[in-house]
Amino acid sequence: MSKHLVVAEYAGGSLHGSTLSTITAAQKVGGDVIGLVVGQGVDSIATEMGKYVPNVVIVDDAKLANRLAQPWAQAIAAVAQNKGATHIWHGATTAGKDIMPRVAARLEAGMASDISAVVSENTFKRPMWAGNVIGTVEVTTDTKVVTVRPTEFDRATAGSETNIEKVETAIDDSRMSFVSFDEVKSDRPALTDADVVISGGRGLKGPEGFTNVIEPLADKLGAAIGASRAVCDAGWVPNDWQVGQTGKVVAPNLYFAVGLSGAIQHVAGMKGSKCIVAINKDEEAPIFQVADYGIVADLFDVVPELIEKL
Amino acid sequence: MKFLCTVKRVTDYEAKIRINSDGSDIVTDGVNMIINPFDEIGVEEALRLKEKHGGEVVVLSIGTSDSVQQLRSAMAMGADRGILVKNEGDMDSATVAKIIQKVAEDEQPDMIMMGKQAIDGDSNQAAQMLAEYLGWPQATYAFKVEVEGTDATVVREADGGMETVKVGLPAVITTDLRLNEPRYASLPGIMKAKRKPLAEKTLQELGVTATTRVVMKGLEAPPSKSAGQIVPDVDTLIEKLRNEAKAI
Ligand SMILES: Cc1cc2nc3c(=O)[nH]c(=O)nc-3n(C[C@H](O)[C@H](O)[C@H](O)COP(=O)(O)OP(=O)(O)OC[C@H]3O[C@@H](n4cnc5c(N)ncnc54)[C@H](O)[C@@H]3O)c2cc1C
Repeated sequence: MSKHLVVAEYAGGSLHGSTLSTITAAQKVGGDVIGLVVGQGVDSIATEMGKYVPNVVIVDDAKLANRLAQPWAQAIAAVAQNKGATHIWHGATTAGKDIMPRVAARLEAGMASDISAVVSENTFKRPMWAGNVIGTVEVTTDTKVVTVRPTEFDRATAGSETNIEKVETAIDDSRMSFVSFDEVKSDRPALTDADVVISGGRGLKGPEGFTNVIEPLADKLGAAIGASRAVCDAGWVPNDWQVGQTGKVVAPNLYFAVGLSGAIQHVAGMKGSKCIVAINKDEEAPIFQVADYGIVADLFDVVPELIEKL
Repeated sequence: MKFLCTVKRVTDYEAKIRINSDGSDIVTDGVNMIINPFDEIGVEEALRLKEKHGGEVVVLSIGTSDSVQQLRSAMAMGADRGILVKNEGDMDSATVAKIIQKVAEDEQPDMIMMGKQAIDGDSNQAAQMLAEYLGWPQATYAFKVEVEGTDATVVREADGGMETVKVGLPAVITTDLRLNEPRYASLPGIMKAKRKPLAEKTLQELGVTATTRVVMKGLEAPPSKSAGQIVPDVDTLIEKLRNEAKAI
């Protein structure tokens, strides 16, 4: 029977939604699911994790206080071996992408990245070529490492009792150290969690386009703000807002694409949205091919009117 | 300092990707092939660090002899020499990492620069696996790289902000989009690149056997989305969002 180890991701003292989607993916394979919380002083995260899985393991060590790939991979691999895990899971977030290939290498395990579906215990589907292609991959090793595209799986629901266990493992010194974290502070919902996302592109003409046009619409709808690569590169908005193949993957109920052309690399990160609205003055813009509703007009006219009438 | 940079040959990001009739691969006939854009950023960064600190930039590609084109392009940008590890057919990321590991053991670079992902497979695995095989630190998704003595300070694009880490060299670094804008090769650069040394190696010579930990079973097109509608004005849009899509 499969034995799953799901690594918890957390920030600011709470569990990340991607971990709940990852639990669902593991449950689809079937078998025992163990939650793993790595860090320092993470008991409250373990309690939170315990609402969703029957067993939680904590590795608490000062050397794990910052999420650095080398020591974290060592801790995760050690617990996986100790528990006889067949599958080791993490959300395909920046952290999961950073750490999990090292875990796979340590365990000489095959790895499937960023999966969008579970076919069987060893076979998964995953987007490739910016989502132009869906590949089916079989992982042939006994131990498998899998990262999960959170938007493709519902979040696990809280269940029953849990059993929390602390495990100690030796962590080697590494030549990696944490220096600082420059957080993008925002009162808005997180991009990957939001029900509504308003994304802007080069059509906004400059950072003031975001301040004067996108932000008021986001305020009105309680939305998160996303962006095309072009405007992140230009420094108009934080890099962390980039939606796409090489940015964040989002799938809100409602996605507004404002003044962005809809390049395939952008679409790869938002086409799973339930309802897509495109506002673009060029009727040939590829974004209209994925939009449920489109308006061909100047965004500087349409968006203020929309804000007023909503 | 010695830099080892990977340059993977991939389909152009602007190319229309089509799957072949038996779903075993994509159609590459007539498709323009380029250096993986993230790898190109890696070559650029290594060249800039070399300009500052001195040293050598070695570029590595794994694949058929077609990849010579990508190696020559990187040498035209300024890389000093190239290594082609010849291998036909599919490779999983672990195999790629083991090949680079062997080359790194021979070459002893101070820094290995790789793209954070290849834009074809989108796996985002090989560099991190390589770092683990070598027992080296890693700094992925680099936005800024600075070298001082035997350390590199790297600003990384992380979820929720920018993280700064310090890694002791030798280390593996992967590039994100905003690290730099790669230069264009100059005409003299292109001419010079033709004469730069290019070594060829086989897996046997390196002593690596390709693993099949991850096997590609087939490719399919993603589910297509039915065409939407163009609405004439804001009132209609609001009405449709409320009553048809029930999205607001
Ligand atoms: C390796 C690689 C990875 C990439 N990854 C990503 C990624 O993850 N995410 C991403 O977004 N991109 C990514 N890109 C970039 C992508 O290819 C496009 O270049 C980018 O998305 C374009 O941004 P844009 O739509 O804002 O700009 P443009 O393509 O310039 O589009 C601007 C749009 O605004 C419209 N417009 C202008 N003025 C107005 C107005 N007043 N009213 C209404 N409409 C107006 C125009 O008609 C146009 O359609 C990647 C590229 C590469 C090579």
